[in-house]
Amino acid sequence: MSALVEINDIWIEGRADETWMPIINGASMSLNKGEVLGLIGESGAGKSTLGLAAMGFARDGVRISKGSVTFDGIDLINASAAVKRDLLGKRIAYVAQSAAASFNPSHRLIDQHVEGPVQHGVSTRVESVNDGIELYRRLRLPDPDNIGFRYPHQVSGGQLQRAMTAMAMSCRPDLIIFDEPTTALDVTTQIEVLASIRDIVEQFDTAAIYITHDLAVVAQMADKIKVLLKGDEVEEADTRTMLSDPKEDYTKSLWAVRSFKRPGKAAVPEDATPVISVRNVTAAYGKAVVLHDVSFDIHAGRTVAVVGESGSGKSTAARCITGLLPPLEGHVEFDGEALPLDYRKRNKMQLRQAQMIYQMADTALNPRKSIGEIIGRPVEFYMDLKGAKKRERVRALLDEIEMEPDLFIDRLPSELSGGQKQRIGIARALAAEPKFIICDEVTSALDQLVAEGILKLLARLQDTLGLSYMFITHDLATVKSIADEVVVMKDGRVVEQGPKDEMFTPPHHSYTDLLLSSVPEMDPDWLTNLLAERGVDNLGDAAADRM
Amino acid sequence: MGSVLGIIVQRLALGLLTLLVVSIVIFIAVNALPGDFAQAVLGQGATPEAIKSIREGLGLDQHFLLRYFTWLAGMVQGDLGTSFAQLNFASNMGGTQLKTVAEQIAPRFQNTMFLAGLTAAIAVPVSVALGIMAALYRNSVFDRTINIATLSSISSPEFFLAYILILFLAVLNPVLPSLSNIYEGMELSDRLVRTVLPALTLTLVVTAHMMRMTRAAIINLLASPYIEMARLKGVSPMRVIVVHALPNALAPIINVIALNLAYLVTGVVVVEVVFVYPGIGQLFVDSVKNRDIPVVQACCLIFAAAYILLNLAADVMSILSNPRLRHPK
Repeated sequence: MSALVEINDIWIEGRADETWMPIINGASMSLNKGEVLGLIGESGAGKSTLGLAAMGFARDGVRISKGSVTFDGIDLINASAAVKRDLLGKRIAYVAQSAAASFNPSHRLIDQHVEGPVQHGVSTRVESVNDGIELYRRLRLPDPDNIGFRYPHQVSGGQLQRAMTAMAMSCRPDLIIFDEPTTALDVTTQIEVLASIRDIVEQFDTAAIYITHDLAVVAQMADKIKVLLKGDEVEEADTRTMLSDPKEDYTKSLWAVRSFKRPGKAAVPEDATPVISVRNVTAAYGKAVVLHDVSFDIHAGRTVAVVGESGSGKSTAARCITGLLPPLEGHVEFDGEALPLDYRKRNKMQLRQAQMIYQMADTALNPRKSIGEIIGRPVEFYMDLKGAKKRERVRALLDEIEMEPDLFIDRLPSELSGGQKQRIGIARALAAEPKFIICDEVTSALDQLVAEGILKLLARLQDTLGLSYMFITHDLATVKSIADEVVVMKDGRVVEQGPKDEMFTPPHHSYTDLLLSSVPEMDPDWLTNLLAERGVDNLGDAAADRM
Repeated sequence: MGSVLGIIVQRLALGLLTLLVVSIVIFIAVNALPGDFAQAVLGQGATPEAIKSIREGLGLDQHFLLRYFTWLAGMVQGDLGTSFAQLNFASNMGGTQLKTVAEQIAPRFQNTMFLAGLTAAIAVPVSVALGIMAALYRNSVFDRTINIATLSSISSPEFFLAYILILFLAVLNPVLPSLSNIYEGMELSDRLVRTVLPALTLTLVVTAHMMRMTRAAIINLLASPYIEMARLKGVSPMRVIVVHALPNALAPIINVIALNLAYLVTGVVVVEVVFVYPGIGQLFVDSVKNRDIPVVQACCLIFAAAYILLNLAADVMSILSNPRLRHPK
């Protein structure tokens, strides 16, 4: 039997200014019916491009320059647009990374669901609506009879992702491309979506290409794994072999990332005054109260990780500390003294002490200012340094973040990589010489190797400068590697807090337990075992809880 | 939906305030013009006595503020006043049948609305359809031709377009009348035939904006993930544009349509002159020339109200085109 999809030595290029830059350099793969291939690599490795090429599709500004793609005997490279259109949606389907952005906001879910079958003449609208409801039920969406009649903005992200999987299934395709379908989701939601996808792909014996940068996830989903690095194939092997016995150095380095751990620190003395103390803070956006009576302390030289799902109030707590959002009740103390609630009422000294580093370094740096100006601004504002002294200080800061001053001081942010931009964000925070820095998801937009570098830098700065960090994250692996204390938040409340070691050893609060056990592990049997442990019904309850 | 009602009420209130400000500005502006009604009517050879008597007859000798508030008092009671020309004619000839400003303007305004309506009925569907086609076949010969053609027509003076149309459709191929002198009691079909040429001229003027905005608003969305998703579902290119892109591109398109419709109500005096069409534009220009303040004021209020109402309608429709607001969580 010949393979369902056969990609042979494919070369893909993308337009950059006036020239074509290589994206994929001679990749090959073959996939049989019902088989799941995991495609992993860092961002920019060309995973999505290769996945789309398997559909015979290239985005605007991208072209397939060489090689062949054959789907069930049909040459997709030379096929006419009409032939490809007939295959797309019907026999080859796509599940995008962000379901929220990939559902058309103007149409109901079910209308988008039935579009494929009706347009391709696979079934009538009525049949397809009924089938959609059945798929929603199998994917364990709440209220499957009615959820399809909602608009995308009325449905949560995890539910949308499952609705999109249902949509991909609407014509019972032979092949589905999953392009990072769970990357934008919280860990607890991710499990539900992973389990749903795996079940339904098995039930219909669909072949799939599963694209992700998360090794632990791909270990659960794929029969075999292919590793990509900057458009080059690194290696391919079946999942268990790949996990237990990677051949290439690059693959081994990917596997090793999760091993970075800071040594524990001595306990804080009982009578020490915390650097930052959040006291019974309640805060609201308009009439919606999003923080309820939140209290925690952050001591000198320590890292407090604030974890929780999106919408749990982590970032709002940070906004209350910085004074961007004055709390309704409660207050924030710095070194034992209450800070004015509103940042406008704080003096320069108070403002200086609490700095922030943001998730998206891309948008947090002014694209029109040079690195020297970006770091120089707080140096001048807070430290009153000008001219040569200012330049000297900026150079010292660049040294501090391990970036060569001569090389970078006159560059623009657009000339830096993601990790370098994040380092500039750190230098800008350091420029104020603060005691306390809020790190808001600073590594979640970065690849694992780069993220590890940032975590190591933050750890070294803490050791040399005695900084305190409030580390907002939803990634528990990061918490394990860097935190001293952990605060778990849910629905605007602190559900549990304490030293890291206590938090990671049972017994936990039930919610902490759910969070911890939801972090995928590299063991390919992890998801199966976990589902068996929790029981499918239990999973449904977890979903219902969050409605 | 409650929020939409709230917006409408708030905007109508703001609109009334705008009208008040417009009336003040116009009153001051007309007063700032050199000369007044008496001088305009009597011309250069007028004796000071004659001018004085007309001024006294019309109350123009009274203080500026007093005249404004007298007019405003009448206005809020629904009385737009009587045109100076009518009053002057009556006092000289002793006639008693005075036409009020409202009576004077009403037929002209109806004609203007008729022309604007006919133009909109042609121009809006044509522009949106052309915009969709241009977006579908973007960067093709068709797209470029349409762009060049509409840009040329908007760049040419209106009277030039009008004369070109007259040359081809009334003189060389006499299929349409070159004069649009419609009058009351005319058959609708006759009216339509006589209004086609000015409507076509105006269509050429307003199409470019609407067509280009439709094209741009759609193309702007084509990089969205949900458009890529539609393509990856094997949806035909036409359906991608019309079903997936257009509903999300409506807000900017509606706003440009509203602006152009407002222009059709307020800015078409050149076309009226060329085709001798008895619209409100000519009446307005004549009144300004004669410093006939009551008529000028009434026309300006109508123009301002047209802008306010059309923009309000556009805003409400933009809001309703957004499913997040139509179907809150």
